[in-house]
Formats: sequence, structure tokens, C-alpha cells
Amino acid sequence: MPVQYTSIVEEHQAVRNAVGIFDISHMGQLVIEGSGAREWLNGMLTNNIHKLDVGTGQYTFLLNEGAGIIDDLIVYRIGEQSFLLVVNAARTEEDFAWMQKHLPAHVKLDNRSADFGGVAIQGPRLMELFHALFGKDMHPPPRNAIADLPFDGTKVSVARTGYTGEDGVEIFFPATDAVNFWNAALENGKPFGIKPCGLGARDTLRQEMCYPLNGSDLSPERNPIEAGLGFFVDLTKPNFIGRDVLLKTKKNGPREKLVPFRMKEQGPPPRAHYAVFANGERIGEVTSGTISPSLNWGIGMAYVSAAHAKIGAQIDIEIRGRKFPATIEKKPLYKK
Amino acid sequence: MTNVPDDLLYTETHEWARREGDNVRVGISDHAQSELTDVVYVELPKMDRQANAKEAIAVVESVKAASDIYAPVKGTVVEVNKALEADPGLINREPYGQGWIFVLKIDNPDDLKQLKDAAAYRAVIRS
Repeated sequence: MPVQYTSIVEEHQAVRNAVGIFDISHMGQLVIEGSGAREWLNGMLTNNIHKLDVGTGQYTFLLNEGAGIIDDLIVYRIGEQSFLLVVNAARTEEDFAWMQKHLPAHVKLDNRSADFGGVAIQGPRLMELFHALFGKDMHPPPRNAIADLPFDGTKVSVARTGYTGEDGVEIFFPATDAVNFWNAALENGKPFGIKPCGLGARDTLRQEMCYPLNGSDLSPERNPIEAGLGFFVDLTKPNFIGRDVLLKTKKNGPREKLVPFRMKEQGPPPRAHYAVFANGERIGEVTSGTISPSLNWGIGMAYVSAAHAKIGAQIDIEIRGRKFPATIEKKPLYKK
Repeated sequence: MTNVPDDLLYTETHEWARREGDNVRVGISDHAQSELTDVVYVELPKMDRQANAKEAIAVVESVKAASDIYAPVKGTVVEVNKALEADPGLINREPYGQGWIFVLKIDNPDDLKQLKDAAAYRAVIRS
């Protein structure tokens, strides 16, 4: 996926106001199956897999022993004892190696990333495009569910999810069908104002929703509670990798927390690695930042010391030696 | 191919310079603005600031990235484009017109010989 096809702002607006399509073929797909796959995977991931019926999915984390985040991913239960993990491209090998290391003999782990192409179709005009592509009588699965649907003589997997805050689907198909599907979507999407969208718009869209990006906001040095994503961790599960450390973090409170912020004045965009201050004291660092195309205003996320991580708190972002005021806000930064 | 006017001088770092008597007016090329796209903020140089050739004296920020803008020749800042503070998108819309960034009073007019003509700059952006 390129950073942009035409303009980040135009592509961003297409997703907010019409519909956009992203090439997500780079994303990793790991398939796990075999007797006991469900129990084993529940001990590898933070969210509770027992909540998943066949055909549904959930956002979850793969942690190391110190509860540091190896990856954030979506796990779909695609059979009684088979699961599809959609993971970050850059972490696929690492995820695979980590799971392989813990794999029991009766469970099979396959890296299918090279076999699949994928697109994300996102935006308020999703349903119109969906019906144009799949037929009037077809329906996408409900939120967080996945279903195989017939398309042009083959089958594609459609998951109702996304990374933009808009209604959307992610569709996976054999890599050899990727060009065909992409072109069909663009052609059928024309009446609805579809635009091909790149990594730049993907980044501004997810930042407005405060969705974290692995490698920027998440890393092996951070755990899900520090990242403010404890909702996707089920500490009532008797065991999973990282649980002991998370229990301690929960009990003592995290040292730092990831918070969204909004600049108080028009000015330069906040960006990753800028220092954050409160009353002249350095309290943390920006991990993501941009000018929000929807708000036309500087926004971002930063890890700051827990004492300062309060909604409404006044902070300063240091940009090229000057301090610019900002306010810690509630998630999401953009609401329709 | 983006627009590269014949009557301007250029740098390898994608600034253009237009000779105006003892001064040069400076902006970024159409190629540069199309690579950056969606300029959202411009940090202008301070008036009367002296700069050496190739010294970073302004910053153009797009949604994508922050880019330093360099003085094409040694000189003193005698004018800055305040209109960019309210409307940074001028750089995208009119890179060679209303999207200019600053004017330098040139120390030594011979320095302009170090800059590229349109043909040489076209070769830079083709490679």
C-alpha cells in the first residue's frame, strides 16, 4: 500500500463521507487448528476466546512473559477448533515464531500470509457498494463477525471490522484474485465516490479514533493496561502469558498511560517522539500525531506519567524547541 | 511530469529561486509540493535573519511529514509570506505564485551560478 494515491486529505474525506478502499494484502494471516486449539490459544492471547461463537472475532493481544505487546490482532473463530489470526504485517514472523515456540503437538499453526490478498472497504456508503458487488440479497455479517460469501464464481471471507471508525468490512481472498477484486470494487464503487486510499489516510483515520498502531503506540516495552486497552484483557482467565505482570500493573496502577490529546491553537502538527511537558516538567513523549483532516486541528497520543494522565489536563508539546499547549481528551478525538 | 518553469533557478533540495534585482524570491517546486501534498503548516524564517547557502531556515509540514526548506544562496531574509500562516495550502495550489515562502537579499550575485537551471532540475527529478 502506498502512503497515498492522490492526497491523504482527499482519501481521508472519502472514507468519512463516502467510501474508500485500502489494499491490506500485506497483513498477516495465521491459521491455528487441531484438538485443543481453543484452550491453547486462550492461554496465548489476552481476550477471552470462550466468548467467541463460530463465525465471530475479537480484538486481542499477544504478549511476552513481561506482558509487553508483541502484537495486537483480531482472532476469528472459523470452526469449532480452528482460528484465523489477522496480524500486523511487520510482526507476522515474530508472532509465528513466538506461537511456534509454545505450540503443543496436537495443534497446527500455519502462516498463510502469502496465500491471501485483502482489502478494507470503509465508509458510510459501504452498504451500497456491498450490494453492488455481492448482489441485492446478500448481507455482510454483523459487527466483528466473519462469513464466506460467493463472489464472481469463488468464495471470499468478509469480516465486519476496520481501522477507521466508519462502518466497514475487511475482505480476504486468494492472492491470485486480488487484482480482480480490487478493480471490481473500484468500478462498482464509482457511483458512490469510492477512492483508493493509502497508508497516510489509514493513519489519520485511526488517529482520530485513537486506535493504536503497533510500533508507534504499542511495543514490547508497553503493556495493554498502560495503553488504556484493558478492555481487551480478561484477567479473570486463570492463565495466559503476561497475566501475572498485568495483575501487578492493575493493582499498583501503571507508571505511564497512553492518552489522546488535542492542540489548543492552530500550529504545527504534533508528531511521534516530541516531548510532553506539564508545568515545565517533562512528563512523557508523543507516540502518534497529525493534523486531523476531519477536525482540521492538531491531535495525537502520548505516554505520560500516570499522575498527569487526566482528561482535561493541560500539557505542552515541544516542537522544534518551542512549547505548544494541548489538552488531554477523551477517546475518540473525532465523533460524527 | 510536474511543472518546471524555464525562468527560475532550482536547488537539489527542490527549492526554486526567482531573481528580483538584488533579491531572490524562494519557494518549493511543483514536484516537491506534489510529493508532500496537503501542506498544513509553514514555519517562516525570522525577518533580517542571515543564512548561509543550504542552511535550513523554514519548515513546511504536510500531513505526511515535516520538511526543512533551505536558503538557496547566502543572504538576509527581507520578506516572508505571512499569507501562508492562514492558508498553508497556497503552497500546493500555487507553488510558483502565491505559495512563495521568503525573499532573500543576496550577499553575492555570483552565488546564483551554483544553482540549477530548469533543464538540470528536470534531470534531478527524473532520476
